[in-house]
Amino acid sequence: MSGSREQILGRIRSNLTQAAGPLRETPEVLEKRTIAHERGIRPSRVDKDAAGLVDLFVQRAEKVNATVARIASIDDIPDALATYLANENLPAAFRMSDNPDLNAVPWDKRPALEITKGASDGKDEVGLSRAVGGVAETGTLILASGKESPTSLNFLPETHVVMVKRSEIEGTYEDGWDMVRAKGALSRAVNFITGPSRTGDIEQTIYLGAHGPRRLHILLVDDA
Amino acid sequence: MQPHSHNFKANASHALKNKNLQSALSQMKVGFIERRQTAVDDMPEFEELRDQARDLKNHTLANLDFYLERYEQKATEAGGHVHWAATAAEARKIILDICESVDAKNVTKGKSMISEEIALNDAIEAAGLNVVETDLGEYIVQLRKEPPSHIIAPAVHVLRSEVEDAFREEHKHLADERRLTEPSDLLNEARQVLRQKYMEAEVGITGANFLIAETGSSVIVTNEGNGDLTQTLAKVHIVIASIEKVVPTLEDASSILRVLARSATGQDFSSYTTFSTGPRRPEDLDGPEQYHVVILDNGRSELLGGEFQDALRCIRCGACMNHCPVYHAVGGHSYGWVYPGPIGSVLTPTFLGVEEAGHLPNASTFCGRCESVCPMRIPLPKMMRHYRVKEYENGLSPPSVRAGLDIWGFFARRPSLYRMASRLGSFALRVMGGKRGRADSLPLAGGWTDHRDMPIPTGPTFQDQWSARGGRRRPSR
Repeated sequence: MSGSREQILGRIRSNLTQAAGPLRETPEVLEKRTIAHERGIRPSRVDKDAAGLVDLFVQRAEKVNATVARIASIDDIPDALATYLANENLPAAFRMSDNPDLNAVPWDKRPALEITKGASDGKDEVGLSRAVGGVAETGTLILASGKESPTSLNFLPETHVVMVKRSEIEGTYEDGWDMVRAKGALSRAVNFITGPSRTGDIEQTIYLGAHGPRRLHILLVDDA
Repeated sequence: MQPHSHNFKANASHALKNKNLQSALSQMKVGFIERRQTAVDDMPEFEELRDQARDLKNHTLANLDFYLERYEQKATEAGGHVHWAATAAEARKIILDICESVDAKNVTKGKSMISEEIALNDAIEAAGLNVVETDLGEYIVQLRKEPPSHIIAPAVHVLRSEVEDAFREEHKHLADERRLTEPSDLLNEARQVLRQKYMEAEVGITGANFLIAETGSSVIVTNEGNGDLTQTLAKVHIVIASIEKVVPTLEDASSILRVLARSATGQDFSSYTTFSTGPRRPEDLDGPEQYHVVILDNGRSELLGGEFQDALRCIRCGACMNHCPVYHAVGGHSYGWVYPGPIGSVLTPTFLGVEEAGHLPNASTFCGRCESVCPMRIPLPKMMRHYRVKEYENGLSPPSVRAGLDIWGFFARRPSLYRMASRLGSFALRVMGGKRGRADSLPLAGGWTDHRDMPIPTGPTFQDQWSARGGRRRPSR
């Protein structure tokens, strides 16, 4: 309601102007600050070289119950995924996002794998997505929605498998935002995913698989 | 919800006698505190991060008009609809109108304290719609027809057996003989029942941990993924957020996120942090067709520039209540409204007035733990003291308190009389305490001695000891 808008903003403005302290800035200064992407404190745990960051990413992701498979090249993905599915007693079937990198995987190496593509309708047991990148500081994956990455695939399947390349592992969330921005316009949904779904709502004990995936498996492809 | 904060004393005595509640609370006393400490120890920069988060929010609040307008502009450019609500009633009306416009029958909700503040569920039900909370804890308290008792752990007061009872009562369509004794049974059942609800809902409502001025995005932080299913699968996504949720940039949100989960659950980071910007794009395969944001004031703008502005820095992590000895003893429901614990003792009188909630700022030992763990460094004890002063000034303190303060004030203004009286009092206590060193009953102090002994002073008064050691009577100026 436009009346309320003016009323709320008016009250904010008049209270802030009356008490104008040293923190009140001109619109020009604020405008600049809003587009400058200035960063704050960088946690020292990411003071590492590229290999160190990849190790930290893996260590942090495993700490929050994700599993990580380090894979030499995309050619090895079909074997790695088929083995994972078999070990977890999951069907050799999954829905994946229609992504060029995932499409480039030589799936015919494992013809038994049954592949569907697109958004999930909730019936898929396994989803395979492509991440924009990974953040080492907390073992976090960044996924950005779009025709190559439907958001429903990140949350509906019980098992979520995500492919990310070694060269896409950066230190901090801020580094992650640079990767997202480099892709162009900001996607409708950007998901920072750190481990599988969990809840502490029953007697404050953590259980995995509340509403989202019970398992998060990361295919870390060595492209360096 | 109808506030009953004025009943704090009665609520608290009731809570102390509630065995199930005490059993549930005894578990949280240690868990949250240990987990936070472990997470903090794993982040050497944590104290600097707290300073940074405080400064960042102070900057944003001092320029809130700019950032809100900027946020509105960006959210609108992304195809979202931004609505402004000065009051709770207005916010409810906006949301119900949106529901009506799409002929909604089923509404799912992610966890949102602001929706509790504006009593949204009651309004949706009164309009004849079904509304389901999808956060497991919120779902449990919704089934039990009670409000959440903690801002991040809504069902922290509920035992596992009570969850089973609630599920058996509600899920009548499932077999009676099914096993529900294990937490995993309960979790699977909730997962199965709620999965259906996400699919049916025309409208999904979530709160927001942040609004980003730079991009017009809303941010939710969850562990279960329920908020994401709520906002992804419904045709219409409505975000309800209060004015102080806005931060300038994605980088700023990232900085504050580093202190949020660590302070709240003691996690390094929550499982899901999602940045939503506008509705489904033409090329998208999923996501809501409409994206609305309701920006709620409900009295907050009045705090700007005043002594309670600092309370607007709150990011609702719950660390203050996790560390509060009073909360540990009486639980969240005793506070009588939406926000319990130390932050509730500040926010409730702010929103509802000292008349309704004047007792809450007294529900503190002033031990200072809340301020020592608050990621945003909100001076909670100082604010509670402000409210105690207000309560006294408005004549709302009980007569015994006023009389006690008057008597103390009389002596405090007359130093030699004060010294004499304290010597006398100390002597009298020693006579009454005898050799045991403690007294089990004292005149006018039944409130203390009914429950515990009063320790007896062991020697001369502090001032006598001070002067015996050659201390000065008056501080030199």
